[in-house]
Amino acid sequence: MVDRKLKIANKNFKSRLIVGTGKYRNFRECSNAIKVSGADIVTVAVRRVNISDKNKARLMDYIDPKKITYLPNTAGCFNAEDAIRTLRLAREIGGWKLVKLEVLGDKKNLFPEMIETLRSTELLTKEGFKVMVYCNDDPLMAKRLENAGAVAIMPLAAPIGSGLGIQNKVNIKIIRQQTKLPLIIDAGIGQASDASIAMELGCDGVLINTAIAKAKNPIQMAEAMKLAVISGRKSFLSGRIKPNLFGSASTTNKGII
Amino acid sequence: MKVKNKIKITVNGKQIQVISNFSMKRLMAKLKIPLNKIAIELNKKIIDKKRISKIYLQKGDKIEIVHFIGGG
Repeated sequence: MVDRKLKIANKNFKSRLIVGTGKYRNFRECSNAIKVSGADIVTVAVRRVNISDKNKARLMDYIDPKKITYLPNTAGCFNAEDAIRTLRLAREIGGWKLVKLEVLGDKKNLFPEMIETLRSTELLTKEGFKVMVYCNDDPLMAKRLENAGAVAIMPLAAPIGSGLGIQNKVNIKIIRQQTKLPLIIDAGIGQASDASIAMELGCDGVLINTAIAKAKNPIQMAEAMKLAVISGRKSFLSGRIKPNLFGSASTTNKGII
Repeated sequence: MKVKNKIKITVNGKQIQVISNFSMKRLMAKLKIPLNKIAIELNKKIIDKKRISKIYLQKGDKIEIVHFIGGG
């Protein structure tokens, strides 16, 4: 069975794994991990140019935005105004309209501030941005984001960088049932099996940064995540057996001696 | 000898001095920042990079020059 491609805002992508570019030891390692992961979308952040050390390596020298889709984020923004300012700057750098909105509400748990997130989604959509929205795993808020014009719903599995895996499978399943928008798990993945579970729940993709970048062997983990996403997707599409409380022998009793 | 007037501006949070009648284009050249792959904000308004030779810096201007870095 040939799977349809991941389609976001009318654009097709080869991979269902999106990777972040933060927290790597250096740009070379980051670039290698992206290659091995097979991802064709990477998240990036907008920050000040270092004006006192101009020779410092730059992300764009290592990851070619013509080959890999840059998905600018609003990391570090705590209100709609800051998020919009950041994404306008991102658009100015290179014309990006597909963006990842992330408006945080708490510095410790990094949970999204959903009122500001919703307001930002409305405002950015009106400005012509295609907004992929980092959100909590609340089906009601997910619906409101969809109505506000989001092009992808990206609920957390667990707090950003926590590696705790999917904490609320039920809510993810409910969101899956109610939306036709791309549903991408963003944040909280710890190991490959977490990514597989996300895909088995019917998600369209997974966004991973810390679990790859901070693994002891990031390049190998990038490959593990790639395979886990493919594996989970195939498992989902194949139609799993019904869970049964009792055993069912794999070998027939017919001809038993 | 006549001393040229100097003005103070803030670039990426750092205060620097330039002579008056200093254009944004000259500032970028002085800082040796290539214009591709960046965005410039002047007093919280994004400016068109094609017009930087026509923008002259004023006392107290706040300039932000940003680019992409790694992020999740």
